[in-house]
Amino acid sequence: MMTGVMTEASIPEQTDQRLVIEELRKTYGTGAAAKVVLDGLNFDVRSGEFVCIVGPSGAGKTTLLKCLAGLLPPTSGASYLDGIQIDGPPEKLALVFQEYTRSLMPWLTVEKNVTLPLSNKGISKRERRTRAQEALEAVGLADVPSKYPWQLSGGMQQRVAIARALAYQPEVLMMDEPFASVDAQTRFELEDLTLRVREQFGITIVLVTHDIDEAVYLADRVVVLGSAPAQVREIIDVDVTSPRDQVKTKADPRFTELRSRVFELIRAR
Amino acid sequence: MRTARRSESSNTGTARRSESSNTGTARRSESSSMRRRLRSFAIEFWLPVLIVVLWWVGSARADLVFYPPLAEILGRFQDLWLFDRFFTDVIPSLRNMLVGYALSCLVGVGLGVVVAQVRIARHALEPLVHFLRSIPPVALVPIAILVLGFGPEMKMTIIAFSAVFATLIATLDGVRAADPVLAEVTRVYRVSGRDRLFKVILPAAAPQILSGLQVSLQIAFVVMITSEMLASTEGIGYLTILAQQTFAITDMWAGMLLLGILGYLFNLLFTLAERRVLHWHIGMRSQAKTH
Ligand SMILES: Nc1ncnc2c1ncn2[C@@H]1O[C@H](COP(=O)(O)OP(=O)(O)O)[C@@H](O)[C@H]1O
Ligand SMILES: [Mg+2]
Repeated sequence: MMTGVMTEASIPEQTDQRLVIEELRKTYGTGAAAKVVLDGLNFDVRSGEFVCIVGPSGAGKTTLLKCLAGLLPPTSGASYLDGIQIDGPPEKLALVFQEYTRSLMPWLTVEKNVTLPLSNKGISKRERRTRAQEALEAVGLADVPSKYPWQLSGGMQQRVAIARALAYQPEVLMMDEPFASVDAQTRFELEDLTLRVREQFGITIVLVTHDIDEAVYLADRVVVLGSAPAQVREIIDVDVTSPRDQVKTKADPRFTELRSRVFELIRAR
Repeated sequence: MRTARRSESSNTGTARRSESSNTGTARRSESSSMRRRLRSFAIEFWLPVLIVVLWWVGSARADLVFYPPLAEILGRFQDLWLFDRFFTDVIPSLRNMLVGYALSCLVGVGLGVVVAQVRIARHALEPLVHFLRSIPPVALVPIAILVLGFGPEMKMTIIAFSAVFATLIATLDGVRAADPVLAEVTRVYRVSGRDRLFKVILPAAAPQILSGLQVSLQIAFVVMITSEMLASTEGIGYLTILAQQTFAITDMWAGMLLLGILGYLFNLLFTLAERRVLHWHIGMRSQAKTH
């Protein structure tokens, strides 16, 4: 009802704010069984920025992303994408799910999985195939379009899920613990892949993780959540030099400092 | 007996599939896979062949009224069905069954998908469905005759009605059991309603839907025969019961033989179609087993 007013109030000057989250609250269940998961979150994400949201398991990170992706209605408060209140999945937004194996259709080939979201975009069949090919190339999977997801390793399946999001050509890409269940080597590769994708496509990325190293390594800013009911503990600017490098960045004293800072914030009660 | 043989053959079927997918990567020579296929064919068919031989030999000498020699039965089989009664009786039987079955498939899957989406509809409909499906189809014949007469419409209707519930319930279960993550994927990526139905909801429920369709097919076949035996002036079931009532015992056996062969062929065709539709499911399962 007062959304219009709030929108204008929350974007004072013509900044490049993409995503604005205001007093976002989410309660599961009602009455005695009610459980507050998100307890009035406030933060924003600028255009082209890479923001990591870090918090312990069960803090409400998935809940937050689902609210931002328009999959869950917040109990109160609101979030805005380019000034428009999010009340359903916005067209500019893609989400890579935490359960990436389950988010791919086992009856569709890799290519068909990637093109599935495109048939509703009013583009030709050829264009869809081209986009799928380009996206699969970008994630290093150009040679498996006719395989089925279950014929691929976990890391490759995650790449397919990322390719599907890229082919959709979103302006905002959200990722829910995308690398939590792959081995360390693959994880580093996929982290660097995500950084390259950001460079290449110039998209805004919001990535949720419980891994502090990952958050500091990837992000321009880290939003630190406390355990449930989640509130924003602090928002940290990651002033580590770019481009990032798995060895050099992680050996950088500033990186170590920031990592300890985030760790303390999460541990604090 | 038919059921036993079917499940046995489908077991060896899956075993063979997973074996061949293993060796496929190892690139075994083609002759060995050919030999393997021959061997499993031999394993599946030695018993039926033995039974036919025993029947042939045993019935040739015996002089029993109810068990005429197999050679005679085959003779009558050829006279009756190839092709004297083929167009007047076999075709109408098959047409009734296929129309009735097709109706039950469409209604069962369509209604199942719609009802599964709406929680209230599901709760309201489920008890009714379980009540209706526990009425033995034969019990419906009298009222069906009253309302629809003796014509093919009566048979199609009663076949469709009897067969629909297995598919309906399987579809309801299959759609409801689908992974909720898939529904979220289609929402986030704004997949169109049509794609959501044909590329997500139906394939996700396909394993359950197909086993429902198979049960429906068996029911449709049984009800086709029963309705002809109870109330008809044409059809395979009618001719078979007529032969029995007029002591044309050899004709009766010829009818039973045709019914057996048809039932077997229906199931075979269904299994082949199922393998095509569910090839991803089969591949995924054999993959999971080998890892
Ligand atoms: N649909 C739901 N209904 C009730 N409680 C839920 C639901 N989804 C998540 N929760 C609870 O909310 C809390 C936060 O969950 P989640 O957002 O998945 O956390 P995270 O992703 O940070 O691990 C957990 O305690 C979880 O049990
Ligand atoms: Mg989570």
